[in-house]
Amino acid sequence: MTASWSFALLVLGPLMAAALAFVFPRRGRGVALAAAGITAGAWVGLVREVMAGGVQIQRVGGWSAPLGIDLRADGLAVLMLMVTGLISGAVTLYSGRYFRDAHDLESAHRERYFWPLFLFLWAALNALFLSADIFNLYVTLELLGFAAVALVALAGNREALKSAMRYLFVSLAASLFYLLGVALVYGQCATVDLTLLAAKAQPGPTLWVALALMTGGLLAKAALFPLHFWLPPAHANAPAPVSALLSALVVKGAFYILLRLWFEAFHSLNTPAVAQVFGGLGAAAILWGSANALFQPRLKLLVAYSTVAQLGYLFLLFPLAAARDGGFLAWSGGLIFLAAHACAKTAMFLTAGNILHAAGHDRIKDLGGITHVPPISTFAFGLAGLSLIGLPPSSGFAGKWLLLSASLVQGQWWWVVVMLVGSLLAAAYVMRVLTRAFTRVPDATAPHPIPPVMEWTALAMAVLAVGFGLVARWPAELLRVGVPWP
Amino acid sequence: MSIHALTLLGILFSSFLTGLVIFFLKEESHRLRTWLNMLGAGLKLVLVAALLWGVHEGKDYSWSFEFLPGLQLALGADANSVLFVTLSTVLWFWTTLYAVGYLEDSPHRSRFFGFFSLCVTATTGIALSANLITFLIFYELLTVSTYPLVVHRGTPDALRGGRIYLTYTLIGGTVLLLAVAWFSRLAGPVAFKERGVIEALMATHRGELQLLFFLFVLGIGVKAAIVPLHGWLPKAMVAPAPVSSLLHAVAVVKAGAFGIVRIVYDLYGVENAAKLGLLPPLAVAASVTIIYGSVRAVFQDELKKRLAYSTVSQVSYIVLGTAILGPLATIGGLVHLVHQGIMKITLFFGAGNYAETLGIHRVSEMNGVGRRMPLTTAAFTVAALGMIGVPPLAGYVSKWYLKKGAITAGDEWVALVLAGSSLLNAAYFLPILYRAWFLAPPKTWPREHPFGKWETHWMLLAAPLVTAALVVWAGVFAESSFSPLAWVKLIAAREYGP
Amino acid sequence: MPDTDHRLYLVAGAALFAIGFYSLVVQTHLLRRIMALNVMGSGVFLVFLTLADRTTGSVADPVPHAMVLTGIVVAVCATGLALALADRVQAATNKVDVDDGPDGSQDATDAKEARRG
Repeated sequence: MTASWSFALLVLGPLMAAALAFVFPRRGRGVALAAAGITAGAWVGLVREVMAGGVQIQRVGGWSAPLGIDLRADGLAVLMLMVTGLISGAVTLYSGRYFRDAHDLESAHRERYFWPLFLFLWAALNALFLSADIFNLYVTLELLGFAAVALVALAGNREALKSAMRYLFVSLAASLFYLLGVALVYGQCATVDLTLLAAKAQPGPTLWVALALMTGGLLAKAALFPLHFWLPPAHANAPAPVSALLSALVVKGAFYILLRLWFEAFHSLNTPAVAQVFGGLGAAAILWGSANALFQPRLKLLVAYSTVAQLGYLFLLFPLAAARDGGFLAWSGGLIFLAAHACAKTAMFLTAGNILHAAGHDRIKDLGGITHVPPISTFAFGLAGLSLIGLPPSSGFAGKWLLLSASLVQGQWWWVVVMLVGSLLAAAYVMRVLTRAFTRVPDATAPHPIPPVMEWTALAMAVLAVGFGLVARWPAELLRVGVPWP
Repeated sequence: MSIHALTLLGILFSSFLTGLVIFFLKEESHRLRTWLNMLGAGLKLVLVAALLWGVHEGKDYSWSFEFLPGLQLALGADANSVLFVTLSTVLWFWTTLYAVGYLEDSPHRSRFFGFFSLCVTATTGIALSANLITFLIFYELLTVSTYPLVVHRGTPDALRGGRIYLTYTLIGGTVLLLAVAWFSRLAGPVAFKERGVIEALMATHRGELQLLFFLFVLGIGVKAAIVPLHGWLPKAMVAPAPVSSLLHAVAVVKAGAFGIVRIVYDLYGVENAAKLGLLPPLAVAASVTIIYGSVRAVFQDELKKRLAYSTVSQVSYIVLGTAILGPLATIGGLVHLVHQGIMKITLFFGAGNYAETLGIHRVSEMNGVGRRMPLTTAAFTVAALGMIGVPPLAGYVSKWYLKKGAITAGDEWVALVLAGSSLLNAAYFLPILYRAWFLAPPKTWPREHPFGKWETHWMLLAAPLVTAALVVWAGVFAESSFSPLAWVKLIAAREYGP
Repeated sequence: MPDTDHRLYLVAGAALFAIGFYSLVVQTHLLRRIMALNVMGSGVFLVFLTLADRTTGSVADPVPHAMVLTGIVVAVCATGLALALADRVQAATNKVDVDDGPDGSQDATDAKEARRG
């Protein structure tokens, strides 16, 4: 298969599937499975092309930039596509059972809308990762936001609706900030193409303002401390598979654009001072998110605050990757960490969904003895926890190790301290939950049995989160392709 | 892949795969689980025997796999690793048998034996690690796989013990991670090597190496229970008896002690460490631990707690031997790695039998127990006398070499520490033996014997008898060529060279 | 257009954006907040159009026009989604704002959530 087929299938596959699932609501699951198969073929093909032939560029309709739209796949993009493909696949399997379980009208209604929205979100993500200009990134980011908000609202209860509404306001305002920035960039440089911008952009007041606007918007979407306030309620109140998608993928979309902006298009503006500010916010996120996770009464809120914390690690990439010495270490470390977190968080939210299903609630203090019934789910939670804590040989460890090495090489030891403290805090909040699993309760009420596919999907993602660490050399090689500096 | 590499992997996977399968077994499939356990343990034993023979013949065992750019997951077998891997495999076999008997009819056995197998996988992994990063991986895996064993009973006490255990070991692990990352930054991703790998850095990075050594000892010392990092060990006594045996004799504290051996001999090199002035502080820390542990043990009435403090003290003999320059002390320390293991596991098996059969948990309840359970008590007695250092038992051999080594190195004060510790050992073990053999038993014990003609379940009896026999063998036949001592002499010869 | 006019339009665009954002933050009524977002959007579009006019030569730059058209489509969709959601919020809570703390009466919704899985 050639690269252009892959490009087309990655975007159009889920998009067409979304339309089909909308028209034929009873076939939603089948359509999604087909889409998962098709996109899997497409991203596997694309990974091979990129590994063998370097960066792939597709000029849509034969029009080239600045007038036409370019699609581009480098190592970073295909890594993101791969993670998206794996997680969406797992969510497809899980949701096929998740929404079917209750046979009332309401859940049939939810399933009807889940599939098209989920597939739409998937298409938006794939398009985002393949975009090569900052306006196209805006459009895809906005589509992503719509699908995400609608999916949060899907739970239908008042908390979920309110969280969705707040999420929508944040998301739209953030997009407009970004768009205003795009306008200013275009006014200054007369192009929106990432590669052309990299050559043209020179530091100046207009670009600084533009970049500040865009970054501000994206930080809100990526939920970096202190703009994370909308995330925990939105992620905790959504249905489990949706929470998994939001935490694992959606926030990463905004982060991905930030990388494209600061390391590619406007690398000339990426000064050490700016990088340290990003790192500082990341460090604050790690500490604040973890500390909050320690005190959450509900499991899903705990996992959501853990996301706030783990996103902080991604931003440590900024001060570390910008340096010449050991920059690539940090770049690959941060992105492996991203993939690790995506897998681990999917496993965790799916497990939280299972526990909610089995116990009927997710109040941590009343989860005693839950291990007696869904041992696979507990196991999945534990394995995902290993990766979040960063214990070897998980992928979380691989990412953290590379980031640690980079900080040591560059003598930026303060990030080392933050990362190590963050690991211990993560251990503390993961253990808060796992301890319950070992508590012996005299007469635990018989819980609702969990459908096997839901348990095994969660476990598979957790195993992936750990096992991926053993082959982490491979993504590091992949990321070398088209890395934005020599 | 060569047959040698396969042997190494086989040693790891024989318990890892069994562990995984056991997790998914139904609670009721008791026979299948027992068979799998014993099969895994037996297979591991055979493979380790092959390894022992091969390394003795000078064959090269190694396997590696690059899992991060420039970072190898590397296994290998040198004389040091063979010592530890043999110890843990032999003892694991008997502990498994013991655990099967001990946990009969208790809930969550699949979970228990699953983690039990993972725990021994981690221990053998530590033994076979050929470089720092691999050591770190298995070291953390050990932490993770032992926690569920410690909290197995699920009581509030157990959970509290587990929390304390995890807090200590995870913080220790984090410090170790920092040390490993920093050291790798300094020296590159180095493999362990006899006489150390830091020669080239000695002149330029003296201060950093000293600080790193401190961090290593801090990180690993948690598991080796060096005072003041020992707080978790007595608290972890809430675990079931087979777990305590495993933690004390084979897995956790032993992994800590072995780690310190690795750092001193194969990362720094004992002579380099001496030149950096690192050994005296380590020797002092070990001596303080030895005396402190013994003193605390004297005042414990709970049998397992007394044994726990005894472990705190005894494991530091190994550290002490490591911290004194010279082949004799090295031999004393390393051979104690084995000797302490077989003695302490016997003691814990005994304590477990008393608790399981007669419900005895305290020293003050042990009056006359020797008449009721003569075989168990005989094994217990042999191990206790060995601990005190009565010739010709195993403990005597270790202490003799340690003392000789210290005097040769000019550290006469160490001999005093050893003498004081032996006195204290006697002070906390002899009263137990006296009560057990010479005082009249109370009338409250159950009359009937539910275990046929034996004093307790045969699985519970076989394990301590075998390990007690090992204690005698390791002492009496110390000078033969098939003894821990002979092997340790080989290691010392390689470390100090001609 | 002379340069001063451009500056006027740019300032006007920025002012609309700022006014919209201010309202979004301080207003509580959902409809007002949705309108505020639209005002912000109009500000951005005005900036785009002004920049399109700054090219040398007589014809305006078509690219920003295309972008504004796309932007308007997106804005219409956004408004539609926001209105629909606001309607659902009002139906569920009998309120036209989302201002009380996120922890309202959590247990009642928990129980409901649980039944749904």
